[in-house]
Amino acid sequence: MSAAASSRAVPRKAGSTVPVLVITAMIMAAWYAACLPMNNDLPQLARVTGLAERYQVSWAIERPVLPAPHQIVTELYNSTVGTRLFRETADGVVLNPRNLVFHAWVTLSATLLGFAMGSLLGIVIAIGIVHSRTLSKSLMPWVIISQTIPILAVAPIVIVALGSIGLTGLVPKAIISAYLCFFPVAIGMVKGLLSPDTMQLDLMRTYNGSVAQTFWKLRWPAAVPFLFASLKVAITISLVGAIVGELPTGAQAGLGARLLSGSYFGQTIQIWSALLFAALLAAFLVVAVTLAERLTLKAMGSRP
Amino acid sequence: MSDAALDRPAGPAGRSDGLSGGVIDIRDLSLTFQTADGPVYALSHVDLAVRKGEFISFIGPSGCGKTTLLRVIADLEQASSGQISVNGLTPEEARLNRQYGYVFQAPALYPWRTIEKNVMLPLEVFGMTAAERTARARKYIALVNLAGFEQKFPWQLSGGMQQRASIARALSFDPQLLLMDEPFGALDEIVRDKLNEQLLRLWAETRKTVIFVTHSIPEAVFLSTRIVVMSPRPGRIIDIIDCDLGDNRSLDIRETPRFLAIAQRVREGLRAGHSYDD
Repeated sequence: MSAAASSRAVPRKAGSTVPVLVITAMIMAAWYAACLPMNNDLPQLARVTGLAERYQVSWAIERPVLPAPHQIVTELYNSTVGTRLFRETADGVVLNPRNLVFHAWVTLSATLLGFAMGSLLGIVIAIGIVHSRTLSKSLMPWVIISQTIPILAVAPIVIVALGSIGLTGLVPKAIISAYLCFFPVAIGMVKGLLSPDTMQLDLMRTYNGSVAQTFWKLRWPAAVPFLFASLKVAITISLVGAIVGELPTGAQAGLGARLLSGSYFGQTIQIWSALLFAALLAAFLVVAVTLAERLTLKAMGSRP
Repeated sequence: MSDAALDRPAGPAGRSDGLSGGVIDIRDLSLTFQTADGPVYALSHVDLAVRKGEFISFIGPSGCGKTTLLRVIADLEQASSGQISVNGLTPEEARLNRQYGYVFQAPALYPWRTIEKNVMLPLEVFGMTAAERTARARKYIALVNLAGFEQKFPWQLSGGMQQRASIARALSFDPQLLLMDEPFGALDEIVRDKLNEQLLRLWAETRKTVIFVTHSIPEAVFLSTRIVVMSPRPGRIIDIIDCDLGDNRSLDIRETPRFLAIAQRVREGLRAGHSYDD
């Protein structure tokens, strides 16, 4: 059975590689082609004649409007692998702030804390909504309204308000993350906790099972697939929340801070490399959640 | 069909001596659902007495209230009027005391539990020890011929095997009353025949009181000691037929004159209910 499954998986994988590569190549070609028109007005190109020369110059400008992909990758490489990861200080060895990994870690720690808080909040809200008609009527509108307010408007308020009571750094950013990511978890979990069918619920009733027993033996396990679907959305917007949380205060550390300082000083390549790193981080987080999902659902006997 | 009067449940006066040996006693029970289109008379003036150890079938077309009546006995629906007692208790008390096992139309196994864990589910809810749970699960899984499938998940079993697992689950806490709501309705006829034989053997071994809802005449006649024929709009009992085919029935008795005569009477009862006129 496993041999059959793997022999079926191999051609499918090979079949999807080529289209992905073709699309990637097309995007890259369009990107390189766009570098000249985008950077056309820069002084570096003022005296250059000949299309080939103009293109060559447009791909190697120090502060371009649109950097070429290889410039971004080079910057990413130089600011991660090409820079010392650790630095010795009086307090001992710490991550080197010149290395992008330091900034990624600052953002990642806020992301993970916010993700944990938001997911927990979403689950608690869903449990309340499913078990209480009053909560379902009173809480649900607020849950939805919370997401209609632009996060860019909320973030500075949260940062300033918490800053005034002495809370700075990690926690305010995590709270903004949690504010964003509780929503998909709450919505998904309400659906998941309500997913058991009438027969499965009646069965518990014939056993005179308590509300807690019905929850732990039926509603919760039935909701787990819904939870993971929500967590995949939640983890990415958690990262967005953490980055947004770094913008309003002009934070010194974090991927958001790199974006901000890059835009202050016209360091477009730095902005793009921070952006690319954030995207890679998001992809890594989604893969991690997907992996946890597969392991969990496999242990719960789901059909492969 | 002169013995019809004998099969009818006696009036309240005839049973004033109490319910010795009576598992279920239903008197003048009615249930009306209020819907947007007006009231639906699901059950109307139902009288029925079930004795210990009987195998009773409710048969009738869709909408005749046979499942509703079973659900009233199980306290999954509440009657609008009339009286009902289950083991001398109200249905609610009987449910709270876990006096019956219920088998649904679908296996309703929890897909994230192995077969063994599914059978253990009621035992967990009742707070039995792990050793007790394991012993009972093993016993009842063997009783429904599923030994060796303990660690499989439901999707790895056929529909018939899944329904057998759900029967093991209903038996696992040894209730004296077994309520079965068209348990084999979704299965093909060959599997159904086999399961009917197994169910009869199981009933002979355990001597539980069984109430079995079906819309199959041969199934009802083959399994039952008594058949309750029901009719829709309003849902009511139109005939109660003794099915005295004796113990140790094999599928061959379906060809015997006695079997065919009973089946014919069930069919006449269903026709008399005018259930297919509209």
